[in-house]
Amino acid sequence: MKKSSFFQLGTAVAAAVVIGLFPGCKPKAPGQVGVGDAATKTYVAPGQYDEFYNIVSGGFNGQMSVVGLPSGRVFRIVPVFSVNPESGYGYSEESKAMLNTSFGFVPWDDLHHIALSTTKGEHDGRWAFGNANNTPRVARVDLTTFETTEIIELPNSGGNHSSPFITENSEYVVASSRFSVPIGTDAQRDVPINTYKENFKGTVSFISVDTEGGMKLAFQLVAPPVNFDLARSGKGKSHGWFFFSCYNTEAAYSLLEVNASQKDKDYIMALNWKKAEEYIKEGKGTMTKARYAHNKMDHHSFTATSTILEEVLQLDPSVLKDIIYFIPCPKSPHGCDVDPSGEYIVGSGKLAAQIPVFSFTKLMKAIEDKDFEGDYAGHPVVRYESALHGIVEKPGLGPLHTEFDGKGNAYTSMFVSSEVVKWDIATLQVLDRIPTYYSVGHICIPGGPTAKPHGKYLIAYNKITKDRYLPTGPELCHAAQLYDISGDKMKLLLDFPTIGEPHYAEALPASLIKDKQVTFYKLEENTHPYAAKGEGEAKVVRKGKEIHVYMTSIRSHFSPDNIEGVKIGDEVYFHVTNLEQDWDVPHGFAIRGAKTAETLIMPGATQTLKWVPERVGVVPFYCTDFCSALHQEMQGYIRISPANSNVELKYSLGETSPQ
Amino acid sequence: MNKVILSITLISMGLIISCGGGDTTAPNAAETAVTEAPKADPKGIGAITSVTLTDPMEQSMIASGKAIYEMKCSACHKLDGMRVVGPGFSGITNRRRPEWVMNMITNTEVMLEKDPAAQALLEECLMRMPNQNLSTGDARDVLEFMRKNDEDTAGKKDGAVNS
Repeated sequence: MKKSSFFQLGTAVAAAVVIGLFPGCKPKAPGQVGVGDAATKTYVAPGQYDEFYNIVSGGFNGQMSVVGLPSGRVFRIVPVFSVNPESGYGYSEESKAMLNTSFGFVPWDDLHHIALSTTKGEHDGRWAFGNANNTPRVARVDLTTFETTEIIELPNSGGNHSSPFITENSEYVVASSRFSVPIGTDAQRDVPINTYKENFKGTVSFISVDTEGGMKLAFQLVAPPVNFDLARSGKGKSHGWFFFSCYNTEAAYSLLEVNASQKDKDYIMALNWKKAEEYIKEGKGTMTKARYAHNKMDHHSFTATSTILEEVLQLDPSVLKDIIYFIPCPKSPHGCDVDPSGEYIVGSGKLAAQIPVFSFTKLMKAIEDKDFEGDYAGHPVVRYESALHGIVEKPGLGPLHTEFDGKGNAYTSMFVSSEVVKWDIATLQVLDRIPTYYSVGHICIPGGPTAKPHGKYLIAYNKITKDRYLPTGPELCHAAQLYDISGDKMKLLLDFPTIGEPHYAEALPASLIKDKQVTFYKLEENTHPYAAKGEGEAKVVRKGKEIHVYMTSIRSHFSPDNIEGVKIGDEVYFHVTNLEQDWDVPHGFAIRGAKTAETLIMPGATQTLKWVPERVGVVPFYCTDFCSALHQEMQGYIRISPANSNVELKYSLGETSPQ
Repeated sequence: MNKVILSITLISMGLIISCGGGDTTAPNAAETAVTEAPKADPKGIGAITSVTLTDPMEQSMIASGKAIYEMKCSACHKLDGMRVVGPGFSGITNRRRPEWVMNMITNTEVMLEKDPAAQALLEECLMRMPNQNLSTGDARDVLEFMRKNDEDTAGKKDGAVNS
């Protein structure tokens, strides 16, 4: 036993030494365990709360997960762009409209990035925004209910990767296209693929956010056909500007792996959105035909509505000057991150072995002096050296994303060399480096992208876990690693698996949202048209072939729980109102043969499950969410008769006498 | 019911055994429970320490109480004396002081933990009464509706007002 632990310790030390000597090498062994007091630093005792909420994108599961830090415990999966049979999201009659698009009902997407709302550049704990990469959309999750309350589709976008990014006071959520596509009329869109340069366009969409969170597609910039990758808003001194990483400035449309990696430099696009607003005020935008869905959930009727909108205000920066400028940036920049002061813009060329850092002050001077080295698609290209603050030399291989701790340090993930590198923003000196296991993508520091980072921890979201966890067949878990960044040296504290494939995540102090949670919905404020607000309102109504069951649930019975007189050919709508008025008492409703899902009803809410009976007989339904000692008794029966039967429609609760 | 009696007996035996432990210095949980067992307060436990009842009853309060009852209470409490999920309401103001009723409505969790009468009802019904988040005013309206219901169904109200 002792021998084996000696051996492990030896291996860990050896690994650490090897990594220290050759920072560029990918670790080959499972690697070091957490150091020293790591266990106590991540241990959240039973009954205690975590210090931070971590809102994590789920990637191809289309959802967000809510995780506690430092424990890594998962509290909740919030369905956003994907149906969720667990809650009935996307299945219930009320929630289906949330997933409507101009293409119809789209029940899945790929959610990559989180943007938490800010005021004066700091987290305010109101909303979390997320992007749909595939069928371009932006969603808003309300952090008092952890429910998706609004989704807006983005027209003229081929793929919504560079999204969502938020301005200092949440004035706008900005979303730009990864895939450029031909836009406009059918004739304008039906073009040969090899006319990419002439006919394809990128777009940058500015979604305004009102004080209640309501989103509106305010305007859209038509941009050259680059691939927009990531972006950040300016803040502080650079408030009013936005910065986007652009790759494929080669305008490749095939074998991008090679053809979009030709140029030594691509660009960071700097966009003056205050200037864009001025042009709009002057009436210089063009209202253009478009087609996109705008879906909102009403929290009194618990019902979503979907509106198809038909036009979008577009700005053409090739005509309207002084909106966009390009800054050369080496090797297909991926991350484009702005430090807490708003002065420094970090471009991470994913194929580069250095990190250029640009200065906003220098950029402004270069623009003022027209210190340009040429143009790209008709837009000025600022001279690289003129905008450059400096370069972080030999940080590692494959820099991707940078976050900040608010103490003058930046932390950059290195995908190819599997490590996180800490460097000084002012001096550009590398201060520390620590391996990740393995192939780190995004990283998150609580408040890392804001004007006031909360610091303390860094979470690395890794693309490969290989030998870190018990294997589960061909597909292994995705995972995160938690590091303590409070000292000079980063320390690995914890490995924990994640839900889906996490891309970007944000974290904020629990105190910002913990006490603002909605605990239940007041029955008095329930405006659902089929609500039964009290057992006295429970009933069954036939409208032609539609049977509407106004049902109530409370610990632990449904009312009514015996229904007869329903026939083959009828469509049954169970509108279930949860009469509970206390926290943590949802009831579920499920019925045999339902081809959708269950529905989960929060206290005081009404949800509808549509069921089309296909067989004659008596069918049970029951509560799926364990609610009390008599939960197992929470059930009922509905009798289905042949289409031509004369069984009278009737319903009851608690009647026991034989007929 | 036999099961309930059996388990109560077992619990009592448990208490006796623990208490018989003798010379331990730190009081264990069972001892604490025994020594600190609260005396039944007919007013129950909570913020409501006195209720002024008027006669004749307040019609607007009865109407409001009835609406609240129908929305939030009727699923479990019937207006006659029959127990369904919880006890029937008929005669409640003749059995319980008005303060107890209002404390039970507004301070449900604590009442179920500590009030002997509420605990006895829990043992009988085996269903923890949900806190339906009624305000004190709402609870007072429901009480007024209960008084009216007692007058109508039991022929007598406020019989326990001085118990």
